[in-house]
Amino acid sequence: MTTTSPPRTTSTSADATKRVKPATPPVRRRTWRAKLKRDRSLIIMTLPAVILLIIFAYIPMAGNVMAFQNYSPYTGFLHSPFVGFDNFVRVFDSPTFLNAVKNTLTITAFQLVFFFPIPIILALLLNSVISPRIRTVIQSVVYLPHFFSWVVVVTVFQQMFGGAGLISQTLRDHGHSGFDLMTNPHTFLVLITAQSVWKDAGWGIIIFLAALSTVDPALHEAAAADGANRWKRMWHITLPALKPVIILLLILRLGDALTVGFEQLILQRAAVGAQVSEVIDTYVYYQGVIYGDWSFAAAAGLAKGVISLGLVLGANKLAHVFGESGVYQKA
Amino acid sequence: MTEPTTTLPRPAIGTPTGRPRARRRNSLRPVWDEQPSRPGSLAKAIVLIAVVLAILFPLYTIVLTSFSTHQASVNAGGLVIVPRGLTAAAYVQILSGGVVTRAALVSVGVTAVGTTLSTAVSVMAAYGLSKPNSFGHRVILFVFLITMFFGAGMIPTYLLVSKLGMINSYWSLILPGAVSAFNVLILRNFFMGIDQSIIEAARMDGAGEWRILGRIVLPMSGAVVAVVALFYGVGYFNAFFNAMLYINDNSKWPLQLVLRSYVLQGANLPGGASATDTHASGVVAGMPVKMAVMTLALVPILIVYPFVQRHFTKGVIFGAIKG
Repeated sequence: MTTTSPPRTTSTSADATKRVKPATPPVRRRTWRAKLKRDRSLIIMTLPAVILLIIFAYIPMAGNVMAFQNYSPYTGFLHSPFVGFDNFVRVFDSPTFLNAVKNTLTITAFQLVFFFPIPIILALLLNSVISPRIRTVIQSVVYLPHFFSWVVVVTVFQQMFGGAGLISQTLRDHGHSGFDLMTNPHTFLVLITAQSVWKDAGWGIIIFLAALSTVDPALHEAAAADGANRWKRMWHITLPALKPVIILLLILRLGDALTVGFEQLILQRAAVGAQVSEVIDTYVYYQGVIYGDWSFAAAAGLAKGVISLGLVLGANKLAHVFGESGVYQKA
Repeated sequence: MTEPTTTLPRPAIGTPTGRPRARRRNSLRPVWDEQPSRPGSLAKAIVLIAVVLAILFPLYTIVLTSFSTHQASVNAGGLVIVPRGLTAAAYVQILSGGVVTRAALVSVGVTAVGTTLSTAVSVMAAYGLSKPNSFGHRVILFVFLITMFFGAGMIPTYLLVSKLGMINSYWSLILPGAVSAFNVLILRNFFMGIDQSIIEAARMDGAGEWRILGRIVLPMSGAVVAVVALFYGVGYFNAFFNAMLYINDNSKWPLQLVLRSYVLQGANLPGGASATDTHASGVVAGMPVKMAVMTLALVPILIVYPFVQRHFTKGVIFGAIKG
């Protein structure tokens, strides 16, 4: 410690504390207590939320020990035998789990390519609408589906694109053959991406619109004076303004790679079959709650949770590297 | 384009001062911005109208079908597009007691209780955490933050809820997700942005933290609290998976489960779907009835939405960017 050249500031502050020390300890202790006394109503306010989180978030976290046990509901956590990493070995040896991982990553990749750019394009379009009134109307409409449940969204799609749906019926009425998009495993990726777009693309524009509203019109004016047309201005002024947000959201999405719409998929799993629609979350649900293989399912869930945490932290690190503030500050 | 090019230096951009009256229609367009081309603006309009229609059209035909007679829906081959034979019979049928009525009441009840509880607890927690120097501030904040990054997992949570004896209890729909760290942070960020001098002044006058929260902070943050309450409310009303996990007794099902079972999966509406119509028992419900159930699942959101809608941006930006 002493040999590795301590920063100069440390030594001086140490000197300072040394000199002041006699006075400090009692003052410190009193402030600690005084703080507790002063802030007791603040602490009481926070307490209900903390208690709820401890019961329903932290106790289940501890419950993950069952992933290392041969858990049985009859013997409980305390008496179930520990089996080390056996469950994880089983999970990663299971072809159905690997299929679920493959589906999860396929869906994430597909959504990244086909879903992600749409809110940006929509935001640019909307931003170019000059009349504030029309813009507000469109905005309220495109935000709306975000607030519908997945059951509603899937039902809407079934009524439109299902075998007995509106489009299929209309085609049949005109002598064409109908189709059923809802049960076709080959188009399932397209279907769920379309559902996500319908539900959330509008919601996704909020942040982009906010970023666009911060662009200084003087920049546009200057560029226009220099002869830049609207496309050039979009390319050189508008898009650069969006770049930080785009990068941030991209990175965040990468951190969420293992999470795809759970309710959306479990609602449609029966219709198209597990082969294409099983993702990690639905896999955990079926193995645990339906088939009762608790430890196995918990191991699969824990593996997903840990990898996701790693992805989120890594993604955040990446955001810092790109000079963005990331999801959370460095504390 | 017809404007004289010799105009004097203009005032600030976008201000309509000194603009010729003839161009009033476009007065919001900055002077330096060229007029868009005809095909260009036409294409833009078509895309935007298509987007709006893609969202509104399905809702339109669903609601219209729910108000149509059974015959009209059969003639139309399912969904009704042209209004003909309008009636509220489907609603009378499903709301006169029975499964759907009960489910609607369950959903509304759970949403009301849950939203109240969640919002109250979150507002208190957010205010409690809004003083960076307070006792235990960092530790408690950390307790909240961790839950945003690492979820406990479905299986242990399920076992906990069942150990607590909450299977088939409505509390299982409320308590496990009652506090969202994200929403608490949205509120906290807003509370921290409030001018502290007002709060200091109240404190000088002898107000305690509870009084400050109730009399000063809350009245100032109505919009953000409303947005957070909406987020919670929508979550409770739309909750489908929790109900599927924890509510096995289908006489206690909330609306979303009923919707999935009888509309999406086309299960038979059990006898008692309507107290008056005995024909309905054990029969796949007709399209108007199905779409009426669907509409019931949309209505509360459509009612609340317009009131809170204009505050979204503020709420989301506060949470997302500064969180």
